[in-house]
Amino acid sequence: MLSSEASMQVPPLAYIHTRMNDEIIDGLRAFLRDEQILTADEDLDVYSFDGTAMLHQKPRCITLPETAAEVSRILALANAENVPVVTRGSGTGLAGGSVPVDGCIVLCLVRLDKIVELDAKNLVMVVEPGVLTGTIADTASAAGLFYPPDPGSIKISTIGGNVANNSGGLRGLKYGVTRDYIMALEVVLADGQVLHTGSKCVKDVAGFSLRDLFIGSEGCLGVITKVTLKLIPQPASKKTMLALFDSMTAAAATVSAIIESKIIPCTLEFLDRVTVECVEGYAQIGLPTDCEALLLMEVDGHAAEVDEQAEQILALAKEGGAREVRLAESADEALRLASARRTAFSALARLAPTVVLEDITVPRSELARMVALIEDVGRRHGVKVGTFGHMGDGNLHPTFLCDERDEEEMHRVEAALQEVFDGAIELGGTITGEHGVGLAKKPFLPAQLGEVGIAMLRRLKDSFDPQGILNPGKVFD
Amino acid sequence: MSDSELNLLRDLDYSVVQQCMHCGMCLPTCPTYATTLLERSSPRGRIAMMRAIADGRRELSRSFAEEMYFCLGCLACQTACPAGVNYSELFENARAEVERQGLLDTPKRKRIRRWTLRWLFVERTRLHLLGRLLRLYQRSGLERLVRASGLLRLLPASLRELEPLTPRISRRFTAPLHARSVDPPSPRYRVALLSGCVQDIAFADTNADTIYALRQNGCAVRLPDDQACCGSLHAHNGDGEMARDLARRNIDAFAPDTVDAIIVNAGGCGSHMKHYDHLLADDPKYAERAKTWSEKVKDIHEFLAEIDFRAPRAGCGVDQVTYHESCHLKHGQQVSEAPRQILRAIPDLDLVELVEADWCCGSAGIYNITQPETSMRLLDRKMGHVRNTGVRVVATGNPGCVIQLQHGGQREEMDVDVVHPISLLAAAYRGEGEKS
Repeated sequence: MLSSEASMQVPPLAYIHTRMNDEIIDGLRAFLRDEQILTADEDLDVYSFDGTAMLHQKPRCITLPETAAEVSRILALANAENVPVVTRGSGTGLAGGSVPVDGCIVLCLVRLDKIVELDAKNLVMVVEPGVLTGTIADTASAAGLFYPPDPGSIKISTIGGNVANNSGGLRGLKYGVTRDYIMALEVVLADGQVLHTGSKCVKDVAGFSLRDLFIGSEGCLGVITKVTLKLIPQPASKKTMLALFDSMTAAAATVSAIIESKIIPCTLEFLDRVTVECVEGYAQIGLPTDCEALLLMEVDGHAAEVDEQAEQILALAKEGGAREVRLAESADEALRLASARRTAFSALARLAPTVVLEDITVPRSELARMVALIEDVGRRHGVKVGTFGHMGDGNLHPTFLCDERDEEEMHRVEAALQEVFDGAIELGGTITGEHGVGLAKKPFLPAQLGEVGIAMLRRLKDSFDPQGILNPGKVFD
Repeated sequence: MSDSELNLLRDLDYSVVQQCMHCGMCLPTCPTYATTLLERSSPRGRIAMMRAIADGRRELSRSFAEEMYFCLGCLACQTACPAGVNYSELFENARAEVERQGLLDTPKRKRIRRWTLRWLFVERTRLHLLGRLLRLYQRSGLERLVRASGLLRLLPASLRELEPLTPRISRRFTAPLHARSVDPPSPRYRVALLSGCVQDIAFADTNADTIYALRQNGCAVRLPDDQACCGSLHAHNGDGEMARDLARRNIDAFAPDTVDAIIVNAGGCGSHMKHYDHLLADDPKYAERAKTWSEKVKDIHEFLAEIDFRAPRAGCGVDQVTYHESCHLKHGQQVSEAPRQILRAIPDLDLVELVEADWCCGSAGIYNITQPETSMRLLDRKMGHVRNTGVRVVATGNPGCVIQLQHGGQREEMDVDVVHPISLLAAAYRGEGEKS
């Protein structure tokens, strides 16, 4: 065992890149219009961050390609000149995956925003990477079809970003995550070559599944320029419920009880008191702000099945000690509840200037322990924490409320984070369930993957992108 | 503090800038981001640019100034922002600093600004004078003659496009119309009405309808004659000093502690007037009264809903209506349900919801003059949605929107009437007499 570990050691990937310069920008002008290349100070400022707290880096220029062919030419040039390229969509990432690196070209794909095809015969939609996730969901829905993955930022996140991060959302428990809906990809490789991988076929085992390597690759292996999505029929009916608890443990135990009863709700969300207060402060939809934990639950499917499951869930919640249970009276109310839940992360910013959002996930049987651990860590380090998340998936978002200008406080936050990550790994969990590693979680990845895991990532990266021009320094070194 | 050290963005309470955690939730609601798909034209991008200036990492540039004037100031981002960023304050300070540094100054722009912000929209007598001249031009046949003569072709395209936006001037302004109805004998509430600038000369009937609807609901309505322009135009266009001056004059004119409410029927004015407390917070003489003022300012729809207005017993002569939300009513004041509640209360009137009802129509104060191209693009988008409703009456609670949508109707050759919701309510109340 030891000897095989040793043989797997691959040194960190240390690239020496050329900084983007005026000559290379002139090279871009040969095939892009002036307005597709941004170099003004103001533009460098506004493309220097994504949705992650505290991470900023100005790029050297931003390109706005409109076709896959333009993407290919940009990459061919960057590869020839050995210049780093950072790909992004709407810039809503939560792990710093799309934050530029010094001297790089930003490849912003928001203009590749066409729905290429809605193939109702094969239950498939083909889209460009800049199409908004919400637009995909709406387009599918208008055709009586369903695209289930719904990350919190669904209204603005792009599908390219979702694929690159293998995003989850509120329906992961029953419907899975982005990966479960990707049938094929068109990818521009680091040297500008175009790769097609996967097909519209339900079964396809021709060769290694390269497609799956790009899902969750965080812009490090290639640039996705077309996505073929799997759609499913719309569920006929759904019901949304709220349950309020006086203790977090009781809420966690209720979640376990629901899952043990072999009911798979499509949504099983949890918000703690701090989060509920913030969400209500923004959305003002009459959420009670005096409970310790709130569960938002949704079941969908055939009407009869939905009715039965809703009743069972309400009964289980009451048995579990819920102070109050409530069934949403209308589709409007259900939508308001789900929309309010989506604002949780941003709403927490009402309480502090800096919100450090985490994304740990544990096996569901360990939820109560993880929740207690987070509370304890926050208390011991004197850091205010608001926790919410997809309890049905075991995916929690403890959010540390702080001020980045207070150095002493930030040290305490760092110490608290380390303990939360260690705790999650110890319980058989992961440091990130759906946000990705990017820059924010990079230091914690080796502890989870081990040397062999990191070595394999390095080898893989090296074979797709030998010069390391694609999003260098992200995920691992 | 020397002039070179002064910077309204650097002076600003830093927590306001820091409140933005750049999550991007504002992006899909921003009409200018939807137009360019560039971060610099998004609320998040604009705040990042302001932060760079507040931090001292950047100086104000012409390009920053242009972006601040490309922003509509529609405040849709404020409604969308879960973190509660006060974009309105950031935006007004940024524009004020742009003006203080004269970054966009040209002799022509200075002339126009002086004439509008410092002369016309200051004294009502001046507006009335302009109104009378315009009405004479419109009614004497001169307008028809000028339009027919092709003289308009001599104007630059952007202005030619705007000429039809000149509102039709009312025959009488608000004051004489106040006497058309009388206060109830034993009023439940004493209120004062802002007659507005454009509303007063171009939509005096809307004011008369507002007075009538209030009186039908047990209100005694005062119309202070020494009232001034509310100052929103000034505040949104970087003239904070004049905005404060006008606020003080209105507080004197309305004497807020003598009324139960100060009623506004223009979304844009109301949104600004509710912030007099903030505007005059550092004025020792007015700060206290400004607080009382802000508590008492109510949009007409909001006020009627609050006092449980009486549902009319007759219809208003219209059977279908759709509702366009004025940005500063919806996003500036969060008044969204009350106007719909009023429309739904009118018998035999069907309210058909408009897609993107809360998207800016492109009027945005004087945006249709300063950014005609984007303004018209937004108007076309709006009129497309109106067309899809199949309804020919659009109700909206702000005079700027009324003018813009009327223009949209002409542009698209659509048969649409644009009215204030309160005019429909007043028509229904008036119809009660006929019915009985």
